[in-house]
Amino acid sequence: MSWEQFLLMRHELLLILAAVVVLVAEIATGEDKNGINHTAIWLMASITVVGFLPAPVGKLFGGMYVVDSLRLAMKNTLNIGLLIVFLQSARWLNSKENQGRVSEFYLLLLASVIGVNYLISSGNFLMFYLSLELTTIPVAALAAYEQYKSRSAEAGIKLILSSAFSSGILLFGLSIIYGVTGSLDFSLAVFAGAGSLGIVGFIFFFSGLAFKISIVPFHLWTADVYEGAPTNISAYLSVVSKGAAVFILILTFFSFFRELQDVWQGVIFATAIITMTVGNLFAIRQKNLKRFLAFSSIAQAGFIFLGVIGGSELGMAATVYFVLIYVFSNLAAFGVVNIVAVNSGKESMEDYNGLYRTNPRLSLVMMLALFSLAGIPPVAGFFGKFFLFTAAAEGGFYALLIIAVLNAIISLYYYLLVVKAMFINKSENPISGFTSDFYTRLSLVICVLGMIGIGFIGEIYDYLQSISFGL
Amino acid sequence: MIEGVPLSHILVVSSIMFFVGVYGFVTRKNLLTMLISTELILNAVNINFVAFNRYLYPDKMEGHFFSLFIIAIAAAEAAVAIAIFISLYRNLKSIDVEDVDSLKH
Repeated sequence: MSWEQFLLMRHELLLILAAVVVLVAEIATGEDKNGINHTAIWLMASITVVGFLPAPVGKLFGGMYVVDSLRLAMKNTLNIGLLIVFLQSARWLNSKENQGRVSEFYLLLLASVIGVNYLISSGNFLMFYLSLELTTIPVAALAAYEQYKSRSAEAGIKLILSSAFSSGILLFGLSIIYGVTGSLDFSLAVFAGAGSLGIVGFIFFFSGLAFKISIVPFHLWTADVYEGAPTNISAYLSVVSKGAAVFILILTFFSFFRELQDVWQGVIFATAIITMTVGNLFAIRQKNLKRFLAFSSIAQAGFIFLGVIGGSELGMAATVYFVLIYVFSNLAAFGVVNIVAVNSGKESMEDYNGLYRTNPRLSLVMMLALFSLAGIPPVAGFFGKFFLFTAAAEGGFYALLIIAVLNAIISLYYYLLVVKAMFINKSENPISGFTSDFYTRLSLVICVLGMIGIGFIGEIYDYLQSISFGL
Repeated sequence: MIEGVPLSHILVVSSIMFFVGVYGFVTRKNLLTMLISTELILNAVNINFVAFNRYLYPDKMEGHFFSLFIIAIAAAEAAVAIAIFISLYRNLKSIDVEDVDSLKH
């Protein structure tokens, strides 16, 4: 194995290096840990930029590790997500109760995102399982980060137990798949002729992965964990973890499980409908904004399945494009919720009444983010949803399409409830005006640029289309 | 091949173990017992992997290696889970699921 081959793992090696640097910085610095914030953020920023440079593609370790242009684009998408989460966390980590354990936060998140990168590149079920666990276990520790709040520990428990349970189910499916195929590789045509036992294995595998994407009926942990965990961790879970699971789902469905197309189309058809509907209906009655965003992200996962179901090249491009937009819009919404919670400790919807009068710019960012999530033009979310709907229509799934459009209308209602609270509702004592720190502002600026820019720069979608593949 | 024990017998044992684990996870009220139930599930998977490897594909070792990795990761998972249980116990003085209900809509 030569030096050039190692460069294929550029993303992962750089992230490991960053984790080591943060660890050394923790040992080297004294009482004041503020420097670690800057170190971690700028390291992550440079890793994200380096990730976009043209890179060689190929396979490593006998096909266990695969990297191609599509996977590079997926990794870059999620690395941007982590960078924005880092930018939004700095202010919260500087607060008094988090003194002395700043570096843990960055270390664990970096470990988790190393898992995400390996997960996307995995070409083998062993690699897949290891990186899936590496993605989840550090986040469970982080969900319980606020050690003096029982709600935080409760979120951690719910996350670690449901993830252990789901990976158990997933593994049982993997063991059956191993039994019928005799191989753990993702390479093509291995699955041919696996028979009905293969289908059983596939269903177990899908249920395990559905826990991670929080597909209904496997979504029960989502709202509780998002509400109890620190806001930045909820943001990470809803964007980066979920995005990684969606990406590996579409990659395996389009290659390893292509023989089972009829089965997985049926499964996705059913789960997409109930996920969208249940997510939307529960989102309407939420009063806490973190819970609200949790159910909205469940509903968004249902929309993502519209891109998967057709099994076409267009569908894959639309899925990656939608996740890219979703990273910016969801993180903008979480960023606003986070900075408001850090400054005022308030996170319920009534507290946002009259926010426009005191914090006009934050309200505008929140409005753009919610418009993007709802899919209102000219924000990028509209284009993302449009391509997803096109992909489903191309596959001929008109019934699903009609339900999706109806759900998009329902989602418009509850997203606009928040906008109404901020702009129209009056409040006796609104959240007082505050100035956010540089990093939070930078993250919100990046999100706004992303939400507006991606929709209008057609080259991004064209590029994704050129590197995607269908069945 | 192990004398006189067909593959199906081993698969029946592992399937029973798996569903006992699932049942325990759903019905038990104590967090530690729930964790033990997930360990049962993982061990059922280990039995499956090793049995498939030994009976059907004895020339390659993929199944054996997979079960080794599962054991290691289950240990890591249990370590994190128990650390969080301790943190919860310090706050609530209980590790009963019925008491862990502050997050509800």
